[in-house]
Amino acid sequence: MKTKQIRQAYGEALVRIGKKDKRIIVLDSDVSNSTKSCIFEEKFPERFFNVGISEANMAGMAAGLATAGKIPFINTFATFMVLRAGDPIHSLIAYTNLNVKIAGAYSGLSDSYDGASHHSLIDIAFMRALPNMSIISVSDPVETEKSVKACLDIEGPVYLRLSRAEMPYIYDDNYNFEFGKGNILVDGSDLTIIATGYMVHKALEAAKLLKNEGINVRVVNIHTIKPIDTELLIKCAKETRAIVTVEEHSIYGGLGAAIAEVIVSNYPVPMEIVGIQDVFCESGDYEQLLNKYGLCAENIVVKSKLVLSRKYVEK
Amino acid sequence: MILTNVQEVKIVNLCKKFRIELIKCLHTVGSGHPGGSLSATEIITTLYFHELNVNPKNPNDPDRDRFILSKGHAAPMLYLNLAEKGYFDKSELSNLRQMNHMLQGHPCAKTTPGIDLSTGPLGLGISAAVGMAIAGKLDKKGYNVYVLIGDGETQEGIVWEAAMAASKYKLDNLIVILDHNKVQLDGTIDEIMPLGDINAKWESFGWKVIETNGHNIRDISSALEEAKRAKGRPTIIIAETVKGKGISFMEGKNIWHGKPIDDEHFNLAMKELSGGN
Repeated sequence: MKTKQIRQAYGEALVRIGKKDKRIIVLDSDVSNSTKSCIFEEKFPERFFNVGISEANMAGMAAGLATAGKIPFINTFATFMVLRAGDPIHSLIAYTNLNVKIAGAYSGLSDSYDGASHHSLIDIAFMRALPNMSIISVSDPVETEKSVKACLDIEGPVYLRLSRAEMPYIYDDNYNFEFGKGNILVDGSDLTIIATGYMVHKALEAAKLLKNEGINVRVVNIHTIKPIDTELLIKCAKETRAIVTVEEHSIYGGLGAAIAEVIVSNYPVPMEIVGIQDVFCESGDYEQLLNKYGLCAENIVVKSKLVLSRKYVEK
Repeated sequence: MILTNVQEVKIVNLCKKFRIELIKCLHTVGSGHPGGSLSATEIITTLYFHELNVNPKNPNDPDRDRFILSKGHAAPMLYLNLAEKGYFDKSELSNLRQMNHMLQGHPCAKTTPGIDLSTGPLGLGISAAVGMAIAGKLDKKGYNVYVLIGDGETQEGIVWEAAMAASKYKLDNLIVILDHNKVQLDGTIDEIMPLGDINAKWESFGWKVIETNGHNIRDISSALEEAKRAKGRPTIIIAETVKGKGISFMEGKNIWHGKPIDDEHFNLAMKELSGGN
């Protein structure tokens, strides 16, 4: 299976857009070799600013640059983006709808060995609650490149949820990435599994396992978590009448919560949210951690059967 | 630009008027921050009526000088200046902090013309100013970025992150003015969190440091002139001020940082402020 590091795809995409648009400025807070913003630095050193270990100041500077018509991309680990730079992101960037692109590297458990302090499991919750903020969460290298480009069409802040993981390709270059629109990757009528980021791969795996048991699953990739594709979500609720959501994030305030908010007010159906259960995780191998904390195909299968049992009882 | 005597008298009179209007305004709305507005009166007014290259008819001119009130709680004094300059109608002042009106409790760039940056959470303004100054350098524009920060504000870590960055990027188009009124919300700076040797701190961060009397128009104006002569490094003007300046019972008193002005204190203040006329 062909795979690529998401951060590599991101760094290369920055160069591609940077070539065409001189307004693009890239800032990093001393993790450019990890986020791969260093690829941009090599090509455009005059538009690259390494501000040292000062995430809040990086976001503040980006706000200032944006007021003067620049399009800054700021880079650090997702957890520090929220917890260290959250103040200027809230009070300067989101409040005034400044055109700053916020790239959260190493989201979820992807920086697995570094432990709970480096895992990012609350970033979606924080970013979703900010007015004016858009959120894109990527599931493969092609989607990463397309989202970086799509950011430029949005006049205002975008949170790009990236990953340290090496991900298999879901899409090819013909992929028509549409901001705000989810994609049905596999069609089915028994239930819909809706996932984002690396979990899309786990959802596809689960769908195969369920298919072997005669259960026809629809799999949806929600790359734009905000604004969420309300129309598609309601359609899935109506057509499959059962939903399982999967995300590498706390079960509070993330993708599952966003979908539940749409479903309860429009077309309530049985739902299960697969995510991290209100705990801090630990150091370890990435895949082993995902398995331990239930972010795996097997657990999605269990939750799918649970939601189906409720679907048929409630029917 | 040399300050003429006529200009100096004009600014002195404006400051006198602004202090009166400030107290009227805060008394009417029953909230807002008198102390830090009064210490910054001469600084903000000298900037708007002598220093800044800005045009109220074209508030977003890309070549304009920028002014950031990083100590956003002094918003009423900024609003008085902006209204006097003609950015919006003076009648807005009586709707300060009121629902459905433009003048927010802390400056908001979205709702109020003439505001270059939304501020309020302390320390953020100087950080954004570094970004604005870098943008000016990248675009080879001649504008300066002026930032007014509080002394208590420098207790925020981000101020020093920004100070390091401004020095690294040699931002001689960045001028920070420190309103050194020596009092913060809960007490004096020395009681709450002493700042130590302020000049030495900024100098060691690579900044040019200028001291001035923050209530003397001529001194402020010459400090600004000197700041603009800096090459290859940012400047900070340490402006010695008095919190609550101009109203005897407010001077140096932390309780007047954000206390509503009741009728009794309003009458006392008005008597003092009008006395000099």
